[in-house]
Amino acid sequence: MMAAGYKRPESLQKRITGYCPGCMHGQVNKLIAELLDEFGLREKTIGVLPIGCGTLSMMNFNFDLVIATHGRAPAVATGVKRSAPDRFVFTYQGDGDLAAIGLSEIMHCANRGENVTVIFVNNSIYGMTGGQLAPTTLVGQKSTTTVQGRNPKEVGYPMKMCELISQLQAPRYVVRRALDSVPNVIQAKQALKKAFQNQLDGKGFSFVELLSNCPTNWGLSQSESLEWMRANTMKYFPIGDFRNEEAAL
Amino acid sequence: MPVISVLKECCKSCQLCVPVCKQGVLAVGAETNAKGYNAVVPQEGKKCVGCRACVTICPEAALELEV
Ligand SMILES: Cc1ncc(C[n+]2csc(CCOP(=O)(O)OP(=O)(O)O)c2C)c(N)n1
Ligand code: SF4
Ligand code: SF4
Repeated sequence: MMAAGYKRPESLQKRITGYCPGCMHGQVNKLIAELLDEFGLREKTIGVLPIGCGTLSMMNFNFDLVIATHGRAPAVATGVKRSAPDRFVFTYQGDGDLAAIGLSEIMHCANRGENVTVIFVNNSIYGMTGGQLAPTTLVGQKSTTTVQGRNPKEVGYPMKMCELISQLQAPRYVVRRALDSVPNVIQAKQALKKAFQNQLDGKGFSFVELLSNCPTNWGLSQSESLEWMRANTMKYFPIGDFRNEEAAL
Repeated sequence: MPVISVLKECCKSCQLCVPVCKQGVLAVGAETNAKGYNAVVPQEGKKCVGCRACVTICPEAALELEV
């Protein structure tokens, strides 16, 4: 069987992104846009953007958007979805946005089982502000605020958000995927598809963590950053399903 | 026959597509786009088999595939 062709999705603007070359934020934007096209949801979607490099997707996405204040995207998405339940509502959040300043908002949104989709782009650093320590920075990983590398004695261990959120009762789907390779990008898209379908079926809260890169602040080339993910990020943050109700049935 | 085309003005020359193509179809071009990036260019004489590896890894949706 011949594989299908590929066209740049309509849910993306036809212009160059603001991301650094090889940054997988672009990949996440692309996968979301492909799925919105495939589901025919472009005209029904309200995306809730974070503060961080993810904010740059406002210039890339071709559908309605709200930019929340730092970390508050899950609270804003709650309000949007509850007042317009016929809209498809997702949040797009970095690890500083979601796991640091927005920790309370994400936990309560998940705990309430809001019928929204949260897309968590974990590149284990504060990208936009120049590479400071994030709650997800790996032990030994250098950042501008931990120049010798993360020392758990001083700043604790990296936080595993899927593992934390899957302790709550309400979430329906909590999974982690990685964007380091062609097969893993395909898997990531399947997870997003399932999370989107859950919302359309009114099933409640879905959380998809996507392990990503930041070649600029990691000080690596684009391809080295993907290798670094495999050798480091993906060892500490295992890909897998932490809550998948259908699979458990 | 499958054909790959490059949306030249969207390419940032991150070059992630170059090694994933086992057919050697894609290489960095000599010309820069409006933003100053050397967009990748499909190479004459190389045969695309339509495997989708490059369109999957491209973070810019800058490659299109016609089958
Ligand atoms: C209230 C507030 N505090 C701090 C900042 C500065 N700030 C902007 S983006 C950011 C962190 C972004 O990191 P992350 O969420 O990991 O996203 P990335 O840029 O890595 O994708 C910070 C601290 C801000 N804009 N607002
Ligand atoms: S600073 Fe890092 S996260 Fe931000 S666009 Fe550049 S590579 Fe991506
Ligand atoms: S579709 Fe496959 S064979 Fe064709 S250019 Fe892309 S990676 Fe190469």
